[in-house]
Amino acid sequence: MTAIDLGMPARGGLDGVPAATGPQTAKDFKSDQEVRWCPGCGDYAVLAAVQSFMPQLGLAKENVVFVSGIGCSSRFPYYMDTYGMHSIHGRAPAIATGLATAREDLSVWVVTGDGDALSIGGNHLIHTLRRNVNLKILLFNNQIYGLTKGQYSPTSEVGKVTKSTPMGSLDTPFNPVSLALGAEATFVARALDSDRKGLTEVLRAAAEHRGTALVEIYQNCPIFNEGAFDALKEPGVREQHIIGLRHGEPIRFGAGGELGVVRDAHGRLAVRPVAEVGEDALVVHDAGESDPAYAFALSRLGGQDRAHTVTGVFRSVSRPVYDDQVRDQITGARAGGEPDLDALLRGRDTWTVTA
Amino acid sequence: MSHDTDVGTPAATPVPDTDGGDVRTLDRVVIRFAGDSGDGMQLTGDRFTSEAAEFGNDLATFPNFPAEIRAPQGTLPGVSSFQLHFADHDILTPGDRPDVLVAMNPAALKANLGDLPAGGTLIVNTDEFTKRSLAKVGYPADPLEDGSLDAYRLHKVAMATLTKGALEETGLAKKDAERAKNMFALGLLSWMYHRPTAGTERFLREKFAKRPELAEANILAFRAGWNYGETTESFAVTYKVAAAGLPAGTYRQITGNTALAYGIVAAGQRSGLPVLLGTYPITPASDILHELARHKAFGIATVQAEDEIAGIGAALGASFGGALGVTTTSGPGVALKSETIGLAVMTELPLLIIDVQRGGPSTGLPTKTEQADLLQAMYGRNGESPLPVVAPRSPADAFDTLLEAARIALTYRTPVMLLSDGAIANGSEPWLIPDSASLPDLRVEFATGPNATDGSGAFWPYLRDPGTLARPWAVPGTPGLEHRIGGLEKADRTGAISYDPDNHEKMVRLRQAKVDGVDVPRLAVDDPHGDARVLVLGWGSTYGPIGAACRRVRAAGGRIAQAHLRHLNPFPENLGEVLAAYDRVVVPEMNLGQLATLLRAKYLVDVVSHTKVTGLPFKAEELQGALTDVIGELEA
Repeated sequence: MTAIDLGMPARGGLDGVPAATGPQTAKDFKSDQEVRWCPGCGDYAVLAAVQSFMPQLGLAKENVVFVSGIGCSSRFPYYMDTYGMHSIHGRAPAIATGLATAREDLSVWVVTGDGDALSIGGNHLIHTLRRNVNLKILLFNNQIYGLTKGQYSPTSEVGKVTKSTPMGSLDTPFNPVSLALGAEATFVARALDSDRKGLTEVLRAAAEHRGTALVEIYQNCPIFNEGAFDALKEPGVREQHIIGLRHGEPIRFGAGGELGVVRDAHGRLAVRPVAEVGEDALVVHDAGESDPAYAFALSRLGGQDRAHTVTGVFRSVSRPVYDDQVRDQITGARAGGEPDLDALLRGRDTWTVTA
Repeated sequence: MSHDTDVGTPAATPVPDTDGGDVRTLDRVVIRFAGDSGDGMQLTGDRFTSEAAEFGNDLATFPNFPAEIRAPQGTLPGVSSFQLHFADHDILTPGDRPDVLVAMNPAALKANLGDLPAGGTLIVNTDEFTKRSLAKVGYPADPLEDGSLDAYRLHKVAMATLTKGALEETGLAKKDAERAKNMFALGLLSWMYHRPTAGTERFLREKFAKRPELAEANILAFRAGWNYGETTESFAVTYKVAAAGLPAGTYRQITGNTALAYGIVAAGQRSGLPVLLGTYPITPASDILHELARHKAFGIATVQAEDEIAGIGAALGASFGGALGVTTTSGPGVALKSETIGLAVMTELPLLIIDVQRGGPSTGLPTKTEQADLLQAMYGRNGESPLPVVAPRSPADAFDTLLEAARIALTYRTPVMLLSDGAIANGSEPWLIPDSASLPDLRVEFATGPNATDGSGAFWPYLRDPGTLARPWAVPGTPGLEHRIGGLEKADRTGAISYDPDNHEKMVRLRQAKVDGVDVPRLAVDDPHGDARVLVLGWGSTYGPIGAACRRVRAAGGRIAQAHLRHLNPFPENLGEVLAAYDRVVVPEMNLGQLATLLRAKYLVDVVSHTKVTGLPFKAEELQGALTDVIGELEA
């Protein structure tokens, strides 16, 4: 699915970014730095997926920038042979906003984690989404603090026993997709670190979206939260849990497609056996639905027990893009001709002293 | 141009009667307009300032207003005032005490009368002197009637009534009509001081362009005030203050905040870089944002961010992209920005941080002035995190200081802190308008190709220029120079992440050496006789009162040398010599001795720290006393 499929304006997320002059391979995007995540970390899979997906975009790699905050996932830019900044905790969206606003010709990516984006950087995340800056945000969600060695995070389930919560964590977690939708996000998607194909599909859709695209990536931390997403990965089990969205298609899942999503009498979304409700009753997914309540309802289908987890593109709609508009205002202000610095300094009320 | 007349009470010289009244010539006058914060005193003062500027006087202003937008009406905390000093010669301060006080209500009278010297002119709006208003501020009896103001030249004018009368025929509601009484006051004072009026009328027509009936009402009130002075007997004398003999050139009046905004525009133009201001509104810095937002045509993007941190984050992101990143704030905002400033130190990117200081700590005194962020600017970050610090001395000097900050940031690839303050931000003075072609050339060269010295053909983002120790600025979009920067310690030259002990030691010292090595002009000392034994050394907005105090000391026969620092980090290289050349060094500051602490630490000189933290600028008179005492002790 691409943005154009949804009948959106022709201006895509990568417009204005120069194309590569020759063919590229994943190797072109690998930096000379040794990758230092723990063995078995889900970040490796995401890095490999991004490095192998980047050549598909066909961008001049010097015009690609990765900006990150602090945390395990935020080491990501060091491993990409593009421009990059490993910044400070939680602030990557703010820094990337300035960069994207100053430079229309860059494809700017933010790499962040559940602690970085949703705890210390929560404010910047919601305001970036609200402004709809042309950034692609990859939110690696492992539901734990890894780099500080295993404290619970704002996406950890209630009752999580960690070093900092020996009697169980108390606070209700965020659902990052729900949060993003509440913050007026124009593009929200979710993928699994282990699902290369699904991840690549949403990354591509995100890249082509003009505006802020938030991609939540469920990512396994083998050291501090091993197996958090096992139910979504194990063949024979995962089919019962993962609800994969495809734009324009009925929402249907299960090993044989025996389950589906319907609207109940109150208009709420619910999971029902297809045999019981009939195929015609299934909700046909429309990522371009203007009312965010629909995508929000999808995001609430799965509870903490992860009985159901929705993946794919929840929402992809067109709305004015902040950095485009900032530049448009500058262009508009210049419409009257080149500005005159001397005229500005003089102003209107002057007086002259003669020698 | 005289250097020693800013020394005391004004001299009034009667001149022949030319236009039917007694006209006296003064060399300088200080007027203070005071009223309720809703009375439009700032606008009134501002207009009188423009009239004085248009006339060619030298001038200095001091607006003083509460943090509350509309404090309870008629109360002491709600009093807003605007003091203007204008003269026929160059002056340095808004004046210690007013010669004329205009009080629009009892609260304004009570809050300001203490500053009016005996014999001073007091013009009072009698309409507000009701029992209720008097009781609100604790006047047991009406001071206009009980003889308590006998020491002053009191003029009682029913300004509200007269204004309403003048506007009767406009059909304007009484309440709206009464609101124009500040223009009545302005008209009266304009008549008293023979000010030109066309500019104010033009201003009012533009200000109320969308509501022409209000424009006409204000102009009618303004003229009514003028005519009141002309026709009533109560004002027998008018005054003239001749134009000042300032250096030849074209002038305008300018506030510190406007000068900083223009400096930012000019820095963008002279460097050829787009500018991105990332900021969050905060008193008293917000006007810089407001001004810049109007000048987008110069390639200026203004991002009003969600908080102080995002403001500087956006600015730093833009700098990484090859723009001139700027953030503006006050002390509390600097506290929030500290971590990002540290990142800018580590990533060695150009960045301008403008701190318009106000009273602290915490929220402190948002609308009052103070210089207590110097140590925060110097040391308010984790780790060894040096950055250059500069400070303007006056509103007009803020323009040049901003360009100097930009020069340092762009040349040395470093964040630079500019410390303005509330007095500079809102105060105004004449500005000799520069020719843009004469401004510093700030052009930069981005890195264009690999620079590795090992023949690898790689790009090393931390390979330094041997002269400046600056690292190359390689902006995204440049093929072959893809690199990663960030807050982790970098290996010397290659910029790879490094935890190596010796490398860290080297990098900490290199960052310090780079800032220590910033090329700073030598400090000039003003010592007219060359034999002073006492030096007074200041920084920032204390320049005016220190200079005026020195004039007074010298006029009284004392010997004093004066120097003023624009560069606070690094200090001028001759500062140590200058300090050592005097028997005593007095350092007046609006804090508890922060510059004094730095000087003692670096130069082992036991400077005399003279401090004040009232939220108000020094008065020339009090500094004269302090300096005279030190000179006296030395001679005794």
